Amino acid sequence: MACRTCLWLLGTTFFTCTVRLVVEGTEVGATQESHPEPGVVGSNHSQAGGGHGSSISGIQIVTFKWHHVEAPYLIALWILVAGVSKMVVELNHSLTSVIPESALLIIIGWILGGIIYGADKMQTFTLTPTVFFFYLLPQVILDAGYFMPNKLFFSNMGAILVYAVIGTCWNAATVGLGLWGCWLGGAMGDIDIGLLQFLLFGSLIAAVDPVAVIAVFEEVHVNEVLFIMVFGESLLNDGVTVVLFNVFDAFVSLGGAEIDAVEIIKGIISFFVVAFGGSLVGIIFALLISLLTRCTKNIQIIEPGFIFILGYLSYLTAEMLSLSAILSIVFCGICCQKYINANMDERSVTTVRYVMKVLANGSETIIFVFLGISAIDPAVWVWNTGFILLTLLFIFVFRFIGVFLLTWILNKYRLVPLEFIDQVVMSYGGLRGAVAYGLVAMLDENKFKEKNLMVSTTLIVVYFTVMLQGITMKPLVTWLKVKRAAVTELTLAEKIQNRTFDHMLVAIEDISGQIGHNYMRDKWHNFEERWLCWFLMKPSARKSRDYIFNIFHQLNLKDAMSYVKEGERRGSLAFVRNETKADVDFNKKFRASFSEIMPDIMADNMGPDHVPLSSILQDIVPSVCLDMHEQDLTMRESEDFNAHHLLQQHLYRGRKQHRHRYSRSHLETNRDENEVQEIFQRTMRSRLESFKSAKMGVAPAKKIQTKHQKKDKPQKMPNGNSSDKSKNHPYGDKDFEFSEGDGGSGGEAAGDLFPMRAYRVEAGIVNPAFMAEMDPMDNMQQIPHVALLPQTLNSFDT
Amino acid sequence: MNWPLYVTPAHIVRLYDRFEALDKEKTGHLRPQDFGAINRLAMNPIGDRIIGAFFSPGQETVDFHSFVRILAHFRPADKKHPKDPSMPEPVNSRTSKLKFAFQLYDQDKDGKISRAELLQVLRSMLEMQVTEEQLESIADRTIQEADLDKDDAISFEEFRKSLEKVNIDHKMSIRFLR
Repeated sequence: MACRTCLWLLGTTFFTCTVRLVVEGTEVGATQESHPEPGVVGSNHSQAGGGHGSSISGIQIVTFKWHHVEAPYLIALWILVAGVSKMVVELNHSLTSVIPESALLIIIGWILGGIIYGADKMQTFTLTPTVFFFYLLPQVILDAGYFMPNKLFFSNMGAILVYAVIGTCWNAATVGLGLWGCWLGGAMGDIDIGLLQFLLFGSLIAAVDPVAVIAVFEEVHVNEVLFIMVFGESLLNDGVTVVLFNVFDAFVSLGGAEIDAVEIIKGIISFFVVAFGGSLVGIIFALLISLLTRCTKNIQIIEPGFIFILGYLSYLTAEMLSLSAILSIVFCGICCQKYINANMDERSVTTVRYVMKVLANGSETIIFVFLGISAIDPAVWVWNTGFILLTLLFIFVFRFIGVFLLTWILNKYRLVPLEFIDQVVMSYGGLRGAVAYGLVAMLDENKFKEKNLMVSTTLIVVYFTVMLQGITMKPLVTWLKVKRAAVTELTLAEKIQNRTFDHMLVAIEDISGQIGHNYMRDKWHNFEERWLCWFLMKPSARKSRDYIFNIFHQLNLKDAMSYVKEGERRGSLAFVRNETKADVDFNKKFRASFSEIMPDIMADNMGPDHVPLSSILQDIVPSVCLDMHEQDLTMRESEDFNAHHLLQQHLYRGRKQHRHRYSRSHLETNRDENEVQEIFQRTMRSRLESFKSAKMGVAPAKKIQTKHQKKDKPQKMPNGNSSDKSKNHPYGDKDFEFSEGDGGSGGEAAGDLFPMRAYRVEAGIVNPAFMAEMDPMDNMQQIPHVALLPQTLNSFDT
Repeated sequence: MNWPLYVTPAHIVRLYDRFEALDKEKTGHLRPQDFGAINRLAMNPIGDRIIGAFFSPGQETVDFHSFVRILAHFRPADKKHPKDPSMPEPVNSRTSKLKFAFQLYDQDKDGKISRAELLQVLRSMLEMQVTEEQLESIADRTIQEADLDKDDAISFEEFRKSLEKVNIDHKMSIRFLR
């Protein structure tokens, strides 16, 4: 199978070469320079050439109209070749787990480049800057922006900006100056270059590349904070790179003599203009997209197209205005994701997500293959040992120094410090990629006499980082982590306690909060809630955002109905007060009738984050009672389980160890979200149970509580907005609105009465006698956890 | 006011801001609902227990002093100043931290973690697919390992002893209070 595909691949390239040669043969005739005799395809060639040599005398039944289709044919063929290469790469999973896919694609690119060069004696296909920047890069970045975990991104925005701006400037300066110093010292021999050119080179080689970072971090799973740092940095540093590149390019054109303070100040100002201007363009386009999707109800079939077109336009517009195009398209994706996901139809959203991934993946594959092919071109190779080795050394060393320095400063201000291993991974993960190559290929040969040297060096740097660092990243991480783990086996108590500590710390961090951020975040949320959602989202979308409310509402509804059914069965609802347990195991009696309810509930709108309601509700049916004996009892007999192993498998992992959620190739929600959902449901359920049992005057089952004598004052719930908090809710940005079915009512309801409202308004079948008995609650035992419930629900936000 | 907590004035200011942010109705006290509003805590398996730890038995509210006091448990231990025997045990010493952790388990405050209490904690920290039998087995073995006087419960001393190799200071400190 592998052989066949390889042969096919080779055959395709041969075909391409042949076709080209045929074309040239017919056009140019027998000219020397473009028409060398390739050894392998000689016979084919002459035959085809011969056929075309004769003049046309009559009607041709079939003609070979290569020129007609040349350009699109070649493009399509290359896309096909890239796709097939990816297929070849993915054939062997054990290989891809050791060597990242990007490295393998580059190797295939080398092979292909070799074949083409062998056939053509020149490199006919290279990665040109135009093709790269206009046709290959935008979709990759749009994908990054659209799938960006916003909350994580913005919570760590400060650190990301520090790394992106200061870090990149540091890298550029140190590499440039370092190389200059070495050149002055004579380490590079005699090359026609100057300080400014070194600085320019430094600035283009300094930037961490988003394509490469994604490609490598895909294989190495790191915690989400670390991932977002590197990823965010790789995206945002474009602002700096563009400015530095343009500024130094202009300086080189001006010549060293013309540079004075004014020019330098203009350079600094241009940074702000480029960065903020680019972001602004992106945000404007995001607004346009959101507004557009608001109105596309009648043309749902082409809705997805708008996203891509407008995203691309944002890129081009920023490019046109000489602002940062990458920043523009990133912010376009980041800002519009929430609104278009809410506004568009389910299927359109799915379409957008999948097409985005297809385009991004495809582009990435093509980019890496062509990075390989472009290397097989002796015309661009200039070898200068000093220059190349020093560049490699400097970018590596200075990256480490830069990251450690900046992290040391940042850790003073961060609540959750970045640990040593994180810093190592961050430094080591500073990969350079195609963007650097694209920039260097754009240099003007006349101004930069040593352009080829720079191109060669850039290629070597890219290969070094993507391949070597990519391959060794995973072993390095494993080695570091293993080194830090305890050597002796922990006791059960220690294991349990360690996990308890983790959860404890996370809880304390949440309680003590990230002070300073909350105020701004609050303000933003209020603003967003009032104005943006009203402006940018369809009215129907706004209503269905009350996702948690929906779940809880359904929970209550089901409970209400089950109580009523039981009451009808028994004749009256008085049983509730008499039972010692607050819950009756309705499940076993009424499972069949529940199935009627379920389809209605499941037909409800999915929340904006597309976690299907049904998956959560299915979990709920067996747990109307707190007993959890639904498990398989035979497990005990058939398995010889080990307590340690169980703990290993089943302890909740806690937030610190959650993995990053962005992936180039996978779209499903990961285990961490399920875990969080599960914990969340349990907490809410336990709160609800204790709340309900308190209401009904029965002792809560299974809970060991401290006793509280104080009365329960009816709580006046504050408005739906809340002023918390550190991190955001995984179900999406929302403020929790008590909107009833017939119109929003805001969050003014007294929280105690919440379940009552559900019973009263929605169920409509509740026995009024039952309701009256619920009202006197003055002398009830108040348990702290009970009171937690209404507040939590009422103030749900990020 | 006596602040034997070694919390700097800067920390107090920040914590007060946070206290005020949580105390939406500006009563000067925090109630369980105010903690409940931190919805991240609902995603923490022991979130509700931690909330409970802020409230002394019989208390329904937390004032600022208690709030700071509980949070001060999580300061890294002060290695520079030697322990002064005449002063009361600092809140962030190893013993105090362990006591705090112990109290999370020991809800009925009888000084021992009974099997039932351990089961409760384990249940909340393990995924739902773990069966009751598996749970009880884990609890039994844990008590077996830690229980030295064979009373089928873990006292504070036994708890402390079982964690003597663990770097409590590292595991129970957050940077903010440095």
